[in-house]
Amino acid sequence: MKDLKVENNTEPLLSVRGVKKHFNISSPFLNRILERKPTQYLKAVDGLDLDIPRGTTFSLVGESGCGKSTVAKLVVGLYKATKGQISFEGIDVTNMPAGKPLALRKRMQMIFQDPYASLNPRWRVRNIIAEPLRSFGLPGGRDEEDREVGRLLDLVGLSAKDGENFPHEFSGGQRQRISIARAIASKPDFLVCDEPTSALDVSVQAQILNLMKDLQNELGLTYLFISHDLAVVNFMSEWIGVMYLGRIVEVGLARHVFANPQHPYTQLLLDTIPDITMSRRDREPVAGEVPNPINPPSGCTFHPRCPFVNERCQSETPELKEGSSGVRVACHAVSEGRLSVVSAIRRSDV
Amino acid sequence: MKACNNNTDPLLEVENLSIAFDTRRGILTAVDSISFNLVPGEILGVVGESGAGKSLTGTAIIGLLERPGHIAGGEIRFEGSRIDNLSREQMRRMRGKKIGAIFQDPLTSLNPLYTIERQLVETIQTHLDLNRAEARQRAIELLEEVGIPAPDKRIDHYPHQFSGGMRQRVVIALAICAQPKLVIADEPTTALDVSIQAQIIVLLKKMCREHGTAVILITHDMGVIAETCDRVAVMYSGRLAEIGPVRQVIGQPCHPYTQGLMGSIPAIGAKSERLTQIEGAMPRLLDIPSGCAFHPRCKEAMERCSSVRPEPIHYNDSEVACLLFEKGT
Repeated sequence: MKDLKVENNTEPLLSVRGVKKHFNISSPFLNRILERKPTQYLKAVDGLDLDIPRGTTFSLVGESGCGKSTVAKLVVGLYKATKGQISFEGIDVTNMPAGKPLALRKRMQMIFQDPYASLNPRWRVRNIIAEPLRSFGLPGGRDEEDREVGRLLDLVGLSAKDGENFPHEFSGGQRQRISIARAIASKPDFLVCDEPTSALDVSVQAQILNLMKDLQNELGLTYLFISHDLAVVNFMSEWIGVMYLGRIVEVGLARHVFANPQHPYTQLLLDTIPDITMSRRDREPVAGEVPNPINPPSGCTFHPRCPFVNERCQSETPELKEGSSGVRVACHAVSEGRLSVVSAIRRSDV
Repeated sequence: MKACNNNTDPLLEVENLSIAFDTRRGILTAVDSISFNLVPGEILGVVGESGAGKSLTGTAIIGLLERPGHIAGGEIRFEGSRIDNLSREQMRRMRGKKIGAIFQDPLTSLNPLYTIERQLVETIQTHLDLNRAEARQRAIELLEEVGIPAPDKRIDHYPHQFSGGMRQRVVIALAICAQPKLVIADEPTTALDVSIQAQIIVLLKKMCREHGTAVILITHDMGVIAETCDRVAVMYSGRLAEIGPVRQVIGQPCHPYTQGLMGSIPAIGAKSERLTQIEGAMPRLLDIPSGCAFHPRCKEAMERCSSVRPEPIHYNDSEVACLLFEKGT
């Protein structure tokens, strides 16, 4: 019900259309001339569409090198897109200079993966958290700023007096709480979280994930959540997009994707995570590895690893098409119905 | 369960092992009198959060502890004889031949300046009496066994020409090349993607089954443990909280810490609104609480927990270090 309401009444908070990010990795000019080396591009993100409804969590999952962190940086404007459009509340923010327009930028913030690298070791925590307040000119005087910093620290489960300390005095989980406090200082609507818990131990991860959910409920935040951990994504998100080599291969409501994965890559991912409930079962892992994105396979980039490959897959790139229960899948085998039998078997297993 | 030969003598016995660091601020006891046994062919998982002492236990067993860390007490026995007091030279001969090691980052475990062939042949010739051509042949067989395609060509490549998963396969080949009886695998899949991780786990299990190698698998990933191990040891603050058959520890954890740990792992199958969380963080080594190290975070803490240090108690098939499981409670 909730989903229908979101789709009908409000436009998505963030909408990405056909975004591409190609990095030029060619040899220097002289080498290209003298040694006749070609110009080369790494297609980190190659045509990406996504919509994030307000107040929800959209997760991007995929293995390393699939371009999920590049998407995060594109969305907050740390990278310029090669092509395509990114709009926030209907306003085109593609390739705006960083920090502009200020009114929009303060509403999108980012939480980074490594809490040891993302906090300045020479700043007191109070200043780290107050920096966004100052740069967006939010509070009035020093007293007001202190009160606000104290309130933010309190909100993330630390105490106001922790503000006088330096980052090295905190554990990994506490540092990530500080990053979260900094991110929500400017009262954003939208947070991009790039692997926020993958550097943390599981019990600390549980604390941070619970905190992020609580903050979402209290402050009505929208998250773009980037992770390689499907179990974490399943816990956190309403929407999920599975990426493979710069493209989304399957996107839809997380509960549908997890209950009935359609794309062979999603099935592989779900199948390969070691599951604590299925003790010691023997599985046949899918062979092969993520190919080099500099020289990706033709057609569907997943075809060398796919058990359902045919000639069409090797030559023609599949587009995202509406499959069952509103989930969109980019796979020839799914759209031709070659996969339906297998999916049915899987479902009966569950 | 795999038929592990329960009536044979243990391959490895660790008894009251303590590892300490002398620092300016006092002596840090990073591992505090832990004991466990390992029978031939068994896979023992060691889990815990960072700083729990799991890697140190592994390094102590292969004799790679570095100053100021040292074994402060207890014994390690391998096939019945002590190995914790061997000289560097004796231990060096033991490593690789009797005990192999696999580390987390496959790139730093291989020498980037040497070809795979040179590294494998060197290790093989150190431990086995083979000439160069035979050693190379053996190296190719090993690479084939660990699933590297076209091993006769790949053997002349350098580590940077391999992907992460392939490098970890080479490291596994190095670890098993002298057919050791015990392999210590310290976070062997942590640096790898999930689909590659699954391949490496299957490979480790296969190696173990075919060669009868015992493995100590150190990881923080309960999923990997569940899929791989026969028994699992849960460590907290340098102490063993619980050790027992993997099904029992994961299915019906006894120790409150293990229960909290299991609850904090998001599961694919069940969609929950909140994860169980253990409040607080693991104590620093300089101020480990008195009594049970877990008591300040424990929901079931009793008065005695702050004064009495729990000893491991037999409960079902496990051993649990918790006062809740003392007789009569």
